[in-house]
Amino acid sequence: MIPGISITEILTLTSILFFIGIYGFMTRTNLISMLISVEIILNSTVINFVVINKYLYPELLQGVVYAIFIIAVAAAETALAVAIIINLYKQISSVDVKETETLKH
Amino acid sequence: MNISYLFLIPIIPLAVFLVLGIFNKMIKPTVSGWIGVGGLTATTILSFYAAFQYFFVTGKLDGAYQTFIEKTVWMNFTDTLHIDLGILIDPISIMMLIVVSTISLMVHIYSRGYMKDDPGYTKFFAFLSLFTFSMYGLVLATNLFQIYIFWELVGVSSFLLIGYYYTKNSAVAAAKKAFIVTRFADFGFLIGILIIGFYTGTWDFETLNNPEGAAIVNWASTSFMGLSVLTWALILIFMGGAGKSAMFPLHIWLPDAMEGPTPVSALIHAATMVVAGVYLVARLFPMYYFVEEGFVLHIVSYVGAFSSLFAAIIAITQTDIKRILAFSTMSQIGYMMMSLGVSGFDGHEGVGYMASMFHLFTHAMFKALLFLGAGSVIHAVHSNYLKDMGGLRKHMPITNITFLIAALAIAGVPPLAGFWSKDEILVAAFENSMFIYSIGILVAGLTSFYMFRLYFGIFWGKETIYAHKPKESPRSMTIPLIILAVFSVVVGFIPFSEYVTADKLGFVAHLNYPLAATAVLVGLTGILFAWIFYKKENNLAERFANAFGFFYKWASNKFYFDELYLFITRQLIFKRISAPIAYFDKKFVDGTMEGIGNKTLVVANKIKGIQSGKVQDYAFGFISGVVVLAIVFIYLWTN
Repeated sequence: MIPGISITEILTLTSILFFIGIYGFMTRTNLISMLISVEIILNSTVINFVVINKYLYPELLQGVVYAIFIIAVAAAETALAVAIIINLYKQISSVDVKETETLKH
Repeated sequence: MNISYLFLIPIIPLAVFLVLGIFNKMIKPTVSGWIGVGGLTATTILSFYAAFQYFFVTGKLDGAYQTFIEKTVWMNFTDTLHIDLGILIDPISIMMLIVVSTISLMVHIYSRGYMKDDPGYTKFFAFLSLFTFSMYGLVLATNLFQIYIFWELVGVSSFLLIGYYYTKNSAVAAAKKAFIVTRFADFGFLIGILIIGFYTGTWDFETLNNPEGAAIVNWASTSFMGLSVLTWALILIFMGGAGKSAMFPLHIWLPDAMEGPTPVSALIHAATMVVAGVYLVARLFPMYYFVEEGFVLHIVSYVGAFSSLFAAIIAITQTDIKRILAFSTMSQIGYMMMSLGVSGFDGHEGVGYMASMFHLFTHAMFKALLFLGAGSVIHAVHSNYLKDMGGLRKHMPITNITFLIAALAIAGVPPLAGFWSKDEILVAAFENSMFIYSIGILVAGLTSFYMFRLYFGIFWGKETIYAHKPKESPRSMTIPLIILAVFSVVVGFIPFSEYVTADKLGFVAHLNYPLAATAVLVGLTGILFAWIFYKKENNLAERFANAFGFFYKWASNKFYFDELYLFITRQLIFKRISAPIAYFDKKFVDGTMEGIGNKTLVVANKIKGIQSGKVQDYAFGFISGVVVLAIVFIYLWTN
């Protein structure tokens, strides 16, 4: 609970963050940039969880716990994604998503 | 009597088959020949020992021969209906054991010489052992289903051995023909077995054949189209037997089966497998006799009589020596069937049954000898045709004499084996019906005529100049000939009627002098005619053939039965029935299925562009879906 800042303002901020992430995910073709975009999306949702918990149900802890859970999962997912990207780079010497279309055949 | 050691009799040939079959390439031909002969010698000794034990030591109880059974249940259907595997010892199975083991041993020894230097030597012995195993299983079967299993196994071994020279088209065609024709007959056999299983609730020979048993006493309980169902079943079972035994009209495979190696013809298509049909009827003889008062036996006797006459007429006109012998086999089996058909059951009434089994026994000996002798001739001359032979008596003395003994035996000249059994058959026919007897006596005359036509044609007749001077066969081939010749002389003196009878009690058979004299006279007349026609080269035979013209041509083409069958199958069944069904299947059944498949493929081709493989496209689709869902939910909840 931050004095002087209402919940609406913070939710607006997280929505902006979320759509920035979406935009990055849709427009970037570099896999690393796309991964960063996904992280931004996740972070915006984590902030949502914490803020809603603190502003609406200050006596509970579930939102905060859930936020920590998401951070852990996101870390694992990042590790996995980076491993895939490294392997992909070894295969095709590129991290451009436009060149990874062979699975459609 | 402890009979469990008799399990070894079928198992030893099976083991030999497995060893020779699995280690085919590793065993040297000489070794594989000895393995085959060794295994067969062991089973032959066991068979003779069992026969001695049974007939002279432990078989009799109160004057009647007992039946010994040892079996295990293999498949259970109900309390009474089950398929057993086991062995059944009674006079006819012991007699068949002797026949199969003796002939098979002789053929094994003979094959060591005949098949020498053949590339498939080991395989040949493996197949021979497989056949011997199946035949032992067949004769020792305790129930209808077991006999059926081994029945098919002998069919398969026969198929394999007829098609042994598989690079020859005619051999392949003959093997297929034999298999298809006998399979067709076995279809009837199987239905008969199922009917018997359904209506009597058992397949056990002992239960079925018991004259006071439920199966025989209640034969009239269910009827179908004016006959008892059991009668129909027995007719169908006889159909199976007729197929295996080459009875008219299912005989067409036997002459073609001569494409196989000659030892095979001697073993399978003369002495053992082809008499399985006779054995089957004899095995179920009490049923055949008591159900519908012997109605089916009339069919058996007329089919047998007709086949024997039919085959004898064809045999006179053939020029391939093995085919002459094949038709002679068919004719003699017809004799056995005829004799079974006219037989009674008790005491001297059952002389037909006894005579049939007796003839089966003696015929196996001299017909195997004839085939092996013919093989020896073919081995020396390298041709199957009479026109390439003549005057061989000087080149092949042992073959000549043994062949002459066999020919005299089959012609029924006393005191050789054929005389005794043929005489009993004619007695049985005479006591039953004059018509059948006259066919029998006519066939006896024809038999001695065509047999001596063959003998004179090979060993006398014209003095052919041979490209390679023919010489007597090696000892491995002549020794079986000599042994079988001895058997052909002596087996007639066995007092068969005391050992093998329908009621198992035995009786003393006496020679019926007027009938015997008539038969011998007719046989000698046949020989005399053959002597006049064929001893010296002359054109008498040709003039006679021309005089009969049309009939001769008809008979020499086997009465066009092959062509008739081809017409029925190719023209009628294939073209009129099978082809439209195949068309329907291809166009409609397959067409529907293929249409569904093709349409799916077309649709898939059209929509596969959606899957671009670009991650952004998928992400866009996913996110727009989420947005749409979000809008929908917001709309619903804000109402």
